[in-house]
Amino acid sequence: MTEPILSVQRLNVVFGRQHVLRDVSVDLPAGRTLGLVGESGSGKSTLAKAVVGLVRPASGRILLDGHDVSPKARRRVQMIPQDPYASLNPRMTVGQALAEAVDPRRGSVREHRQRVGELLGMVALDASAADRYPSEFSGGQRQRVAIARALAVKPDLIIADEVTSALDTSVQAEVLNVLRSLRAELSLTMLFISHDLAVVRHVCDRVAVLYRGEIVENTSRERLFARPEHDYTRLLLDSVPDGRPFVADRTDR
Amino acid sequence: MTRPTPRRLWTPTLIAGLAGMAALIVLAVVAPWIWGDRADQLTQQVHRSASGDHWFGTDALGRDVFARTMVATRLTLVTSLGATAVAAAGGIALGAAIWVSGPRVRELGQRLIDVLISYPSVIFALVVVAVLGPGPGTSVAAIGLASCPAFARLTTNLAASIAGRDFVSTARLLGVSPLRLLRRHILPNIAEPLLVLVSVAFTVSLKALSGLSFLGLGAQPPSYDWGRLLSTGLEGLYTNPAPALGPAAAIVLAGLAGGLVGDGLAAAANPAAPRPRGRRAKIESVLTSRAPAPEALVEVGGLSVRRADGTRLVEDVSFQIRPGEIVGLVGESGSGKSLTAMALARLLPEGLEPEAATLRVDDLDLTGAADRARTATEIGIVYQDPSASFNPTLRLGGQLTEALRVHQGVRRGEANRRAIQRLKAARVSLPERRMRQHPHELSGGMRQRAMIASALLTGPRLIIADEPTTALDVTVQAEVLRSLQAANSGEGTAILLISHDVAVISSMCDRVLVMYAGRLVEELPVADLRAGNARHPYTRALLAATPTLHGPVDEPLPAIHGRPPQPAERPSGCAFAPRCPLAREQCREERPVLLKTGPGGAAACHALAWSAETAGSTQ
Amino acid sequence: MTAPTAAEAAPPPAARAAAARSPWVSFLLRRLAGLVAVLVTLVVGTFLIVQLIPGDPARTIAGSNATPERIEQLRTQLGLDQPLWTQFTDYAGGVLRGDLGTSFANGQPVTQIIGDRLPFTAELALIAIVLVLLVSVPFGMAVAVACRGGRRRPLDTGFSAVTALAGAIPEYVLGTVLVLAFAITFKVFPAAGAASLGALVLPVLAISVGPICTMARIVRRETAAVLEQDYLRTARGRRLRAVRLYARHALPNLMTSTLTLGGLILSGLLGGTVVVEIVFAWPGLGTAVVNAITSRDYPVIQGVVLVLGLLATLLNLLVDIVLGLLDPRTLNGKAGSA
Repeated sequence: MTEPILSVQRLNVVFGRQHVLRDVSVDLPAGRTLGLVGESGSGKSTLAKAVVGLVRPASGRILLDGHDVSPKARRRVQMIPQDPYASLNPRMTVGQALAEAVDPRRGSVREHRQRVGELLGMVALDASAADRYPSEFSGGQRQRVAIARALAVKPDLIIADEVTSALDTSVQAEVLNVLRSLRAELSLTMLFISHDLAVVRHVCDRVAVLYRGEIVENTSRERLFARPEHDYTRLLLDSVPDGRPFVADRTDR
Repeated sequence: MTRPTPRRLWTPTLIAGLAGMAALIVLAVVAPWIWGDRADQLTQQVHRSASGDHWFGTDALGRDVFARTMVATRLTLVTSLGATAVAAAGGIALGAAIWVSGPRVRELGQRLIDVLISYPSVIFALVVVAVLGPGPGTSVAAIGLASCPAFARLTTNLAASIAGRDFVSTARLLGVSPLRLLRRHILPNIAEPLLVLVSVAFTVSLKALSGLSFLGLGAQPPSYDWGRLLSTGLEGLYTNPAPALGPAAAIVLAGLAGGLVGDGLAAAANPAAPRPRGRRAKIESVLTSRAPAPEALVEVGGLSVRRADGTRLVEDVSFQIRPGEIVGLVGESGSGKSLTAMALARLLPEGLEPEAATLRVDDLDLTGAADRARTATEIGIVYQDPSASFNPTLRLGGQLTEALRVHQGVRRGEANRRAIQRLKAARVSLPERRMRQHPHELSGGMRQRAMIASALLTGPRLIIADEPTTALDVTVQAEVLRSLQAANSGEGTAILLISHDVAVISSMCDRVLVMYAGRLVEELPVADLRAGNARHPYTRALLAATPTLHGPVDEPLPAIHGRPPQPAERPSGCAFAPRCPLAREQCREERPVLLKTGPGGAAACHALAWSAETAGSTQ
Repeated sequence: MTAPTAAEAAPPPAARAAAARSPWVSFLLRRLAGLVAVLVTLVVGTFLIVQLIPGDPARTIAGSNATPERIEQLRTQLGLDQPLWTQFTDYAGGVLRGDLGTSFANGQPVTQIIGDRLPFTAELALIAIVLVLLVSVPFGMAVAVACRGGRRRPLDTGFSAVTALAGAIPEYVLGTVLVLAFAITFKVFPAAGAASLGALVLPVLAISVGPICTMARIVRRETAAVLEQDYLRTARGRRLRAVRLYARHALPNLMTSTLTLGGLILSGLLGGTVVVEIVFAWPGLGTAVVNAITSRDYPVIQGVVLVLGLLATLLNLLVDIVLGLLDPRTLNGKAGSA
């Protein structure tokens, strides 16, 4: 069996006196999308930051394609952050931001215009977007630019951290579709973090559930939604409003 | 290429300030040429007061004070700019050095700076002068050093806030070099606050340097600046005030110019001022032909919400709520759902005006000056963000019981007792303790349930819940929604529930109202919503685009392309037409009105009429 | 693994820890430690004043006309011939014992000089601070409430203009003008000295007007920010009368941010006091230190700087305590003011 692209082994992260991640172990094979589900305080964002190198673990290993994560390997993992209004430098055009991603040393739009146009096309944005500033775009469009930027470096692994949480339903659908098609076209390996189980169901083939820093369930999408094993997973699934009435006596209203 | 969002940079304040500064600089350059000789010319006319020949009078040696004031501009300005430069360069360098060092150095450095800042800068400057001896160079160093800590602290704070921003960490991940990071990402985004501080520092330095010279510790004879001239003039103040007032006016005007520049820059950095508004009007009654529905508990007829410039953010919304009913108001951002609810609650933000033909809850008429106490007690409101909706400085108990005590005259002890009971019913742990705690000591879900308990305390007929669970985890959301439902089934309180989450709405409500671009586009019973039997294309598209736990996953979600129109650009026809698969010419020209589609349902869509026509024509 | 309940069954960890131990205790302990640190810094700093004099301190102090014997005498008197560490321990020991040395100018013990003059300075500064707070807060609040939402633009513009102009006038200039107007032209108040209660009026005004204007602007800005907050909307939803609404729900919150910013202004008042004392020949620490600098009377300089530094720090502590009473969240924050 080939090496998984990402292998987290018994990871522990401590902030001060808070044990944020406890003995977390998870593997992500190439070309797969793993959904990481949890509520606030579960540690899912911390896990993403640890994989990317923004947070130092207390113990445990993070292996990227078999090797420990190192500063040199920075560009091999890219993260798409949650807030579409903070993820782009307001004083750089979209084209400049993408050109910088393509070539961090000489990010000139002119030199890289063709590649920038390609990237924009991949996320269903017009090439003319390159000359505009982030403030001229909607939240969903900015998220797509952030995705294009992450793709620019042709990373081994993409981490999407609550990328649709700040978006309206219709816009969210666009972004999710872009992620789906990219996943198919480029065989992307993706770690998809979200608190929204319905969204995770649409994007991921495996799902891991985090509760208070521990992984309580890690299984295929079908099994998780049809036959959840852990109590917390069941609690989560029961809590999701799915159009059915909360309380029995309202069914016939 | 378009620029970043233009803001009003060139305000009169900024222009006036810059003009003043420019005049100062010109004066500093040319004054010694024009007035230099006159300034040093000794005459026999000593201690003269202001006159045609000598606008500021003469001093003890008969020299013209006005000329001396003009010439002194140069030294004053040079020293002020020098001190500002020292402060800025030293402070920014210090702040940057502290920030890039390890966390322990940073911690220590910040404490040290806090101590330095709290030390009065004038006294610090006096100390430096004490060490180095009086003189203009010393005073520049003194004032400059005294203002360094302020720059250092601002730099550290700015750097920390910028470094935490997502686009900076993303750039680091991309492998952008630190130098480029600084140049392209950090500096352009912190330039504004720094510039504001520079202009403030200039003004402060000007005043402080003049002060030192005034004390005799700055410019030493024979050189002179405004402060020195003021000090000299002070000696003859009793008999001849002009030689003192002249330099004094110069100091004040120069300080004013610097202050205006600082204000202008600060205002440009925070464009918060709302547009000018007209006279505050009561809700205007609007004639509408909608049939009144007296048996409804809540009646809203022809409600519009207008901005000061006339744009209508909510257009002609009408609906009713029956006693004990839960009605959901669903829409995406910009649909106007929150504004509709807040207009009903008479809590619109400044600058927005409501107008309605009918706006009432029970027999309480909310158009016009509604009875204060009844409005507070019969309408309960649950707000969206539990972390911001309670006053952080006041204890929870007082806030929960305030409406009860103020409007229903309930004594504090009794009010507290009732509040604790409600908290218990809402399953908030340790309710007695919570009453004495501050809001930040509770978790988000608990705060929201306390908010619901507070809303119920006065026995309202209607609760307006504006996105009450959007900021909460899903398990917590479930608990809060159950609390709301318990309020409804237990006390028969009607609820107007606003949410962007279709699933929440269809789990909780009896009837659903759908809003798009400020207009009500569909009303339907919840059974229809759950079954997917919506009639309006927008509602159908919204349902299709919503991921669920049980729907199909093999196909991509059908997304709705495009965006809703901005309020100012709403077309006269159907607002959804540009994005609608069924749109025809009629849709672009003519606005659809709500037409009944069945029991309890109505939709504003021309396509309904077309299918009726086709159905009619095939008969 | 324990059965999971809704994630928020227990309050967040930070709140739990805070609830366990009164936040005031840790706050006061931290500030006490800070006070000691400041005292140490001040002692070291004032010690260095003499050490840092460029060239030969003894010669500089003695003056250009001094004889070599005088210079040597001064050197011994100042202890400059001792090793650095000994000098420091002597100095620090003296401070802790309450002995701040002897003035060169008149041979008086510095402690006595300070003791005589401190009450005069404190009097001015404290009255000025109280006046600033009592005037600027209601003033700024009233303007913010009256002009909210863009109402009454002329009032807003007028307020900004007047406060900008008045705030640009340095204290010594204002003092000069006040003397001219009220002491010379209309002989209402005395021009100098601290003889009577009436003598307080002009100096206090001179010190306060600038800070009143600056603070009023800050208060106005912070009030406007508070008025936009969600909790103000919640309070409006309770349909309270205007006075109760603003006094109970806006005032504590705006005081928090105002004092955070205004704390600097308040401790800067001490500096203003020093300068104004010269204009009015007020027998306080300000006149003492300026005269000492001119006559190179270093023991006085050191003593006054030390005491003024302590005063400034105590003032900051007071501000932080008031802040803590108004908004308990600040107690858990950093040791220094934000």
